[in-house]
Amino acid sequence: MRTPRLLLAALALAACSSNASRTAMPAATAAPAQVLPSAEDVAIREQTADQQIRQALARLTFGARPGDVEQVRTVGVDRWIATQLDPARIDDRADERVLTEFPTLAMSSADLIRDYPPPQPKHDRDSLDLRRIRSRAQRVVLELQIAKVARAVNSDRQLQEVMVDFWDNHFNIFAGKGVPERYMLASFERDAIRPNALGRFRDLLGTVAKSPAMLFYLDNWESTVEAGRPAFNTATAMRARRASAYRLAPAPRRLGLNENYGRELLELHTLGVDGGYTQADVIAAARAFTGWTIDKPRQLGSFVFRPAMHDAGEKVFLGHSLHAGRGIQDGEDVLDIIARSPATAHFIATKLARRFVSDSPPPALVDRAAATFARTDGDIRETLRTIFTSPEFFSRAAYKVKVKSPFELVVSALRAVCANPDSTARTAQIVARLGEPLYMHRDPNGYPETGDAWINTGSILSRINFGLLLAAGRVPGVSLSSWEHRQGLDTLSRDAQVDGVINAILGGEASPDSRLLLQSGVNPLLRDAPDSAAGAPMTVPGLEQLVGLALGAPEFQRR
Amino acid sequence: MKSGALALVTMGLSPSFLKRAVYAQGLSRAALKDKVLICLFQRGAADALNVVVPHGETEYYRLRPNIAIPAPSILTAGPAGVRGGAPGAIELDGFFGLHPSLAPFKNLWDHGLLAPIVAVGSPSATRSHFDAQDFMETGTPDVRSTSDGWLNRYLAVKGTCTQCDAQRSPFEAVALSQQTPRILEGPAPTVAMASLADFSIRATGTDVQRLEALYRTGNADLIHGAGTETFEAVKMLQSANPQRYAPENGAEYPRSPFGRSLLQIAQLIKADVGLEIAFADIGGWDTHVNEGSVSGPLASRLGEFSQAIAALVIDLGDRMDDVVILTMSEFGRMAKQNGNGGTDHGHAGAMFVIGGHVRGHKVHGRWPGLAPEQLYEGRDLALTTDFRSVFNEIVMTQLGAVGTDKVFPGFEARTEDRLSLL
Repeated sequence: MRTPRLLLAALALAACSSNASRTAMPAATAAPAQVLPSAEDVAIREQTADQQIRQALARLTFGARPGDVEQVRTVGVDRWIATQLDPARIDDRADERVLTEFPTLAMSSADLIRDYPPPQPKHDRDSLDLRRIRSRAQRVVLELQIAKVARAVNSDRQLQEVMVDFWDNHFNIFAGKGVPERYMLASFERDAIRPNALGRFRDLLGTVAKSPAMLFYLDNWESTVEAGRPAFNTATAMRARRASAYRLAPAPRRLGLNENYGRELLELHTLGVDGGYTQADVIAAARAFTGWTIDKPRQLGSFVFRPAMHDAGEKVFLGHSLHAGRGIQDGEDVLDIIARSPATAHFIATKLARRFVSDSPPPALVDRAAATFARTDGDIRETLRTIFTSPEFFSRAAYKVKVKSPFELVVSALRAVCANPDSTARTAQIVARLGEPLYMHRDPNGYPETGDAWINTGSILSRINFGLLLAAGRVPGVSLSSWEHRQGLDTLSRDAQVDGVINAILGGEASPDSRLLLQSGVNPLLRDAPDSAAGAPMTVPGLEQLVGLALGAPEFQRR
Repeated sequence: MKSGALALVTMGLSPSFLKRAVYAQGLSRAALKDKVLICLFQRGAADALNVVVPHGETEYYRLRPNIAIPAPSILTAGPAGVRGGAPGAIELDGFFGLHPSLAPFKNLWDHGLLAPIVAVGSPSATRSHFDAQDFMETGTPDVRSTSDGWLNRYLAVKGTCTQCDAQRSPFEAVALSQQTPRILEGPAPTVAMASLADFSIRATGTDVQRLEALYRTGNADLIHGAGTETFEAVKMLQSANPQRYAPENGAEYPRSPFGRSLLQIAQLIKADVGLEIAFADIGGWDTHVNEGSVSGPLASRLGEFSQAIAALVIDLGDRMDDVVILTMSEFGRMAKQNGNGGTDHGHAGAMFVIGGHVRGHKVHGRWPGLAPEQLYEGRDLALTTDFRSVFNEIVMTQLGAVGTDKVFPGFEARTEDRLSLL
């Protein structure tokens, strides 16, 4: 596998000179021919060849960097897509370099809470000491946030990063839920989300269900059999050391059921709110997951099934009978049932099509993607392939219609100007101020997926101000003076400068009005405004201002 | 005399208000120009049974052995229902009480400014937060295809009224939130802002004009439309210049996002920018685990919630006569506590209506009881008042809307359901 890896480096996107590790290589035999769309499928696409390249870059990456369009053109758009769908074949030294800067990302939850302990105001009396401990403890979530931005900007496995963001949001967890949550999130993203982001949905669902982060966030770790219901007689079990030897007995009176995970699992993670389940199914699911808990919760241990907490009685879930006394198998069966439900296929397909195609994706495309999901037993990669090779993905109606989320806006701007990764928390704070604090969405539904939720008077203002901030050199890692695009532009005419900025920032596409506005320096709509009195041309803004205006323009808010 | 006016006077506000308030009684209800409605959303389903506490119900204590709020002592005299160090509910009417953390509401109740509504909410059976929030904000329970919110539909319907002022303020409806809440989504222009202080463009004159022009040209789409409204709002706010704000009458807002939101609502009202509808929300009510009783997570949430609202009322002072504050949450929680000292999702909830003209000092709504056969689906507080009945009444009496069939399509407001809150 060594040779293809090297050859495929050429398929990774590399244009910003700071990432000099890669060199341009001739296009290799990237993907096996059978996974590429047929000539007939390609022929019926509505978008021009150039638009297809921009569309693929806008949706499969966090935004094109200068030179990316040319690279995709060289490789061929379909072959490039096939490679992004297979991230293991993309050399990603850029991402590895980012990772080395954030030691906490590789640590276990138990090691994290030991090495970055939360402050204990009672014990850490000395206020200086307290401050030091507190700021060290804050590193844990900060590094996650900083790294999320840096990896989105830098990684060459762009689709992988986009899908990590998608699943992070689908299986949302709130870092502010409580002290333990902050320490369990690194493992959650690293061990549950990342390895399965393009894998099989059942694997992803199962790993998430057993992740201490989700068990804690949706309270399942404390959910137990209701008093009086059948429970395992643990005294017998201790002697027998086998679940099958457990005898059933009425549960002692102590804790009880918690419906939180059972409900959100069905509503948000799998079937969708219209997925045909009832309150009785929510309770059956919650009962099935009793005993799915965290081992040594104070030390942030890993998943464990505790028979003593489990409701061992018979359950009926979505018409399936789960016999009494099967222990952990109840939960596994619930996951099997919902992962294979047509409602889940449709729900996940809809969410993917909404992310990658349009806010109201064509039903025919959703149906085909759901069919692929069902046929392949929930293969996320193949479901995405159905979407990325569809005529709907390359339709005129789907072109430039998605509004960028704040995270997408910031990362796309950083990529457009070849920013170096920010090792401070500044950029992550900017994303937060734009309305999307990373890992800090309280409710389990995740951040909005449609443009109407992100665009309003206040957000437009913040977005404009972000563009101006970046152009003014106030975003770490951004330096327009060393921006390689600048070299050629400085000496050119005003018109050519505008074209260069429109190319680099707006993907070459701006309305004639916008182009005119950027070019003339005189605002044709405001000729009678006081500033442009007597029709005198305004001072020609420098390149920085041009970039700031372009980032604040309506065109840059879409992808 | 209207109790609201007296209340504000006794809370240390200007006596001149008293005269004006009395004078206002004689005015026609058509003169509604400066009326303001402030809607506050408790996202996450607040546990209504521990907010407006039915301490006269023995079932309540049976269902919630560890988390119930103790009944007020007959010896209670203190404002927070403190009795010998063990706080119970704050007595309202002998049957209901307030959670002791709602002590800042006690003054409002005593002076007739506070009207709790019990067993109110959505007729929808959903126990999904997100569906239920949508239904409450669209005003169309169980109709998921409604895209606009009822406050926006009120504005849009009003916009077609020929007698109404043609000149509308960009600040007619403001949400103090980063995203436009569903309740304000729709065709009528609204403003969403996280912070008043940040509501300006960080650029110099010509760049601002150039940016504005970029949004004026091109398609009439979502982004261009919002952009155009942004620039109008920024200009208006600059001329009103509400910066450097100091709350009046000694009002102290909690230093939390919710406290800051309410402070900024007061700021906008006093800046006279034409505000008619304001919205803010506060999360953290989804108490599945260890919600506590007289103390604990729910108690501290209620403390912040009521301190902020009381500060707003005190700060607005005599202006409260034109203001109605309406609180809501998507549904209530199970009558019975769950296995973790918390409560799972339920059905009917509680609301508060607060204002100078509110028929306060009275718990509104019919109480359905908590006996097993009285519970909704055997587990939750049953519903006796449809939230649309409350919204409809407030839109008509506070905002002066006449025909509300377009604001609440498919809802027939029956006079016998009317609570007469105002």
